[in-house]
Amino acid sequence: MRDQIEGSQAVAAAVGLCRPQVICAYPITPQTHIVEALGLRVRRGDLAPCEFINVESEFAAMSVAIGASAAGSRAYTATASQGLLYMAEAVYNAAGLGLPLVMTVANRAIGAPINIWNDHSDSMALRDAGWIQLYAADNQEAVDLHIQAFRLAETLSVPVMVCVDGFTLTHAVEEIDVPDQAHVDAFLPSFAPRQQLDPDAPETIGAMVGPEAFTEVRFLAHHRLRQALALIPVIAAEFADVFGRRRGGLIESYRMDDAETAVVIQGSASGTLCDVIDVLRDEGIRIGALTVTTFRPFPLQQVTAALSSAQRVVVIDRALSTGSGGFLAADIGPALAPHTPWHSVIAGLGGRPVTQGALRHCLGEAVAGTLDELTFLDLDMGVVQQELLSLGLDLQGR
Amino acid sequence: MFGVRIHGRGGQGVVTAAEMLSVAAFLDGHHAQAFPSFGSERMGAPVVAFCRFDQQPIRSHDPIAEPDAVIVQDPTLLHQVDLFAGLGPSGYVLINTEHSFDDLGLGELERTMHPDHLLTVPGTEMAQRHIGRPVPNTVLLGGFVELTGSIGLPSVIAAIQRRFPGAQGEANANAATEAAAYVRAEREALSCA
Repeated sequence: MRDQIEGSQAVAAAVGLCRPQVICAYPITPQTHIVEALGLRVRRGDLAPCEFINVESEFAAMSVAIGASAAGSRAYTATASQGLLYMAEAVYNAAGLGLPLVMTVANRAIGAPINIWNDHSDSMALRDAGWIQLYAADNQEAVDLHIQAFRLAETLSVPVMVCVDGFTLTHAVEEIDVPDQAHVDAFLPSFAPRQQLDPDAPETIGAMVGPEAFTEVRFLAHHRLRQALALIPVIAAEFADVFGRRRGGLIESYRMDDAETAVVIQGSASGTLCDVIDVLRDEGIRIGALTVTTFRPFPLQQVTAALSSAQRVVVIDRALSTGSGGFLAADIGPALAPHTPWHSVIAGLGGRPVTQGALRHCLGEAVAGTLDELTFLDLDMGVVQQELLSLGLDLQGR
Repeated sequence: MFGVRIHGRGGQGVVTAAEMLSVAAFLDGHHAQAFPSFGSERMGAPVVAFCRFDQQPIRSHDPIAEPDAVIVQDPTLLHQVDLFAGLGPSGYVLINTEHSFDDLGLGELERTMHPDHLLTVPGTEMAQRHIGRPVPNTVLLGGFVELTGSIGLPSVIAAIQRRFPGAQGEANANAATEAAAYVRAEREALSCA
């Protein structure tokens, strides 16, 4: 039903429609509204026989989710920021054990300095953990990605992380279509675990693997994750058949057909960027946007094709690989034809709004050929220079 | 696109006001979006929330830089926060106060903007009388829709009652209705003057 509701409430409703059997989570801003809503639904009996397990930390949340999944339950958790880092060891284990968990990351910066606001530092830190990573561009996509995530996870026996921008999406009240149970049931069959711990038929999962086989184990994990590149578009197409809208998939192009300048982005700033693209197009600038929905596995082939005729590429990252640059930018590099000028823009760190005005200014510079290779959107140079001066340093060697 | 920025302090229902306004816009057939400025929540700290609505689906998720209307729930924010940043000369301003714009030191605003787009409403007094609490958010929504004509009062009433069911919703709806009538009377007095 189409309604005007908060993103977190919609995500909780979508997860509930997927009939999870075990939910375990530890509250952390800005994920809290999601798990509070799910806790309430479980307590009211709306999701019976689902069990909500209170845990004492994020490490326990992921560990309990792993146990529940290994025992054959459809399991879900959600976290953000330091919470995701605190569970990091177990996050890798979930993937290594091939457990089809679904986890929401309500994207938030990582301290120090402590910051509760949105950027992609948390999920980027765990991008190599062996999970599928999907990034929602808006709250409708956040809802739809969760429903697709359970299908995807359980088809491949791989965990899926659905990344939803904290506050910007989780706390935004928008018009969202939350599907009905019959459609979700038609799309998502009940969980048939590929492996299941059973006291009557004991087996070991996650045994130690030595140098003689570890490379092969990792190769197979890589191979399995890459299978998602073929499956994700199929699932998105089937979703469109059942629900009547096309959401999810690997990448999303906007006005890219004759674009000389291509702008690559992830997450909730995508819509803001599309509005700016329209303004620049009205000014006669041939520019388009490419939103990367699936970040792991990385859809290099599809990105390469989408960017093949671009004469200039701007990659906007919502996190910083300190000492290097943008995470997305690093992956986009190999997708570009040789000698294509490209720019890495670090934007929206720790909740700094990614505004239409700042994007227009930055993309104007890119089109004019005056944008630096690495740019921090809206950087207050006055503050930076004052700090450097007080330390007797300058900006050489940045 | 119509953009509204609501200023107030933590505990005054600023975020809830933006949410209810977006629900009212949705009920009126608009596409709508509401979101807070995401400060660390503290009672009494300055809070900002936004609501935009349009006939087109809304894609942007950035704060509203150039609002069409500003609602000020707490007049003690005047001269502390840049309340009218980005507001154009044809924008709307609704301030919760028993004083006039001139009394508030906002005479300049009155001279540069449409006089009938600027109004003050004694919202706290109305809230206290109807709801029994000095929370002026729903009152000002009633005043706002009357001032701007952007959304129907019945949709605002419905949004209020959806957020606050029962007697509490009834009281809030009555407060909003009185504020709408107050604004109507003020504007009629202005047009006669």
